[in-house]
Amino acid sequence: MGKLIAATGNQAVAQAMRQIDPHVVAAYPITPQTDVVEEFASFVSDGLVSTEFVPVESEHSAMSTVIGSSAAGVRAMTATSSQGLALMWEMLYIAAGLRLPIVMAVANRALSAPLNIHGDQSDSMGARDSGWIQLYCKNQQEAYDTLIQAIRIAEHKDVRLPVMVCYDGFIVSHSLSGVTLLDDDKVKAFVGKHVPLYPLLDSKNPVSYGGLVLFDFYFEFRRQMVDGMARAPRVIDEVAMEFAEISGRHYGRYEKYKIDDAEIGVVVLGSAASTSEVVVDELRAKGIKAGVMRLKSLRPFPREELAKELGHLKALAVLDRADSPGALGGPVGLEVRSAFFESEKRPKLINGIYGLGGRDTTPEHIASVFYSLQKIAEGGKVEEPLFYLGLRGGKDDGRQSEAAIAQARAAGQRA
Amino acid sequence: MAGNLKQLSHKPERLASGHRLCAGCGAPIIVRQILSGVDGPLVIANATSCLQVTTSVYPYSNWRCSWIHSAFENTAATIGGVEAAYRALKKRGEIDEDYKFMAIGGDGGTFDIGLQSLSGALERGHKFVYVCYDNEAYMNTGVQRSSATPFGAWTTTSPVGEIGQGKLMGRKDLTAIVAAHRIPYVAQASPSHWKDMVTKAEKAFNADGPAFLNVISPCVPGWKYDTELTIKLAKSAVDSCYWPLYEIENGQYKVTYRPKEKKPVVEFLKPQGRFKHLLDPKNKQLLDNLQAQVDRDWEELLRKAGEG
Repeated sequence: MGKLIAATGNQAVAQAMRQIDPHVVAAYPITPQTDVVEEFASFVSDGLVSTEFVPVESEHSAMSTVIGSSAAGVRAMTATSSQGLALMWEMLYIAAGLRLPIVMAVANRALSAPLNIHGDQSDSMGARDSGWIQLYCKNQQEAYDTLIQAIRIAEHKDVRLPVMVCYDGFIVSHSLSGVTLLDDDKVKAFVGKHVPLYPLLDSKNPVSYGGLVLFDFYFEFRRQMVDGMARAPRVIDEVAMEFAEISGRHYGRYEKYKIDDAEIGVVVLGSAASTSEVVVDELRAKGIKAGVMRLKSLRPFPREELAKELGHLKALAVLDRADSPGALGGPVGLEVRSAFFESEKRPKLINGIYGLGGRDTTPEHIASVFYSLQKIAEGGKVEEPLFYLGLRGGKDDGRQSEAAIAQARAAGQRA
Repeated sequence: MAGNLKQLSHKPERLASGHRLCAGCGAPIIVRQILSGVDGPLVIANATSCLQVTTSVYPYSNWRCSWIHSAFENTAATIGGVEAAYRALKKRGEIDEDYKFMAIGGDGGTFDIGLQSLSGALERGHKFVYVCYDNEAYMNTGVQRSSATPFGAWTTTSPVGEIGQGKLMGRKDLTAIVAAHRIPYVAQASPSHWKDMVTKAEKAFNADGPAFLNVISPCVPGWKYDTELTIKLAKSAVDSCYWPLYEIENGQYKVTYRPKEKKPVVEFLKPQGRFKHLLDPKNKQLLDNLQAQVDRDWEELLRKAGEG
């Protein structure tokens, strides 16, 4: 069944797009997403898809174009990263508000300034209130599998919301891995024929999109988006089950790794979950009851499920690959903390910011988090509810000490 | 081509009455004239603008054809997406009817914030007609200067005071900028010359590629004049060569209406409150400057059209 290839995350995503064969793809190149656009353009050039490829002059126009296409009544996709997503900001809200089932791949990357092209999740985290469903993938295979499922989720009549499929820049987007592709006809059958809802291209039933809606109706429209989001978990789960039947691969909205009998655990999104699993295996070998909760669906956020699944832990660390300056912690940390507010059983909780701008997060870093959790679990106090993992400068108060910089310079690194 | 008024009056109206535009607004007159130059299925993308907010107040719509507004600066990209969707459906044999596509925005949404999106869509060759209804300032937000606002004009952000005497800079020549994209059809039109406008709309909709119509659109509250003067002012703009009527068809400039007698620009300015200060003798130099700009642009146009 299927075909095993070596692919980067971007190539895997481009292959999924080829098999989906959307009517319209509008995209603009940006590191680390560029290969998706290049690969797809070559599929168009080689006649492997019948897509209208619109090589737009900006990401703002990319999102505007797919909005026009989706409203016209066709399947439309795009891909971006970082500044590109930031430039789309205005249009993200409009895509969701018009209830257009657009699917977008996001190779997560840090936001400027200072300029940085490497992976963190600041870009899509900032868009978490835009009304898009957000699914975070841990590896190349999952990025491929999720993009295909995203079409079905977005277009489901009970949902009708755009979907962002996120995967870590470079770590997933650029590294090679074995990826099993489904047969083309299987993907075609799985995504099915696009069924338009209120298309512009229906001259007998003209429609108006994006009118002026004031205080008498706007609130109800926004609430309807919330209702669509509330129906999404069931649809995401159903689509995942159906996908498992054709692929043998199943993904939940969250994925547990040795967490059920654990005493300490981490919540993490994306590729760092794989690193965390390796560490958990090592700790388990030493008799330490550690586990990982990988959050895949940030939107909709599985509030009740997380509170239930993690309530038994003695101590929990939420790891954020994005920061929220001036807030109580990173975006995921805030949300997980809130999820426990009504729970009687809840762990002591710390929140770590890691890997900004592509800073490497090693198994040692993750292990250090578990050791901190162990101390807390043994009755210790939470001394640092918010910490920075792998930040230079000793005491992680956000400042780099002169000594650490001098040390790094001496070691031949750039400070 | 355009037929006569009686024939045009029998065409179905795609912009229904009951909209909330001001009495005397040029925009709906322009839309109706242009839409009488196109038959068959049509999709319109509308930039955020007076026209957009006044014709789509939920739960009503004045549009009898499919219409989309997504944002302010992206109307060309939005209609480009609709047109690409249509081409995709045609390619797959999933649609039978033949559609035409139009984008419309004001001067703010076209000259300023939407210029990049417009340029991109023109360069990519989407087959659509972009209409700019140019009322020479941001009127929807209450008269702020744009790059289409003429030299000397009062706006709330180019006010007249002890020192300031209106806008210090001239207008951007957007028609020339669009023409530099080498698209098949570009024209300037005025609602005072309906036959000229309808003919240009027909040419634009039948062009083999993108087309652009820049249309002067008198604005009662922004220009400060009496509501019944809209068409007279539009005519005065043409007769003074402040707003010449011309087209650029496959690179060839042609003046489509040449006034028998070129009127002084002051005749166009006089009925408008936004230029009141220019009539003060102390501002004679500014008035002369504006006249000189108009003369210079007209001479240049005649030269380009081989009539100079």
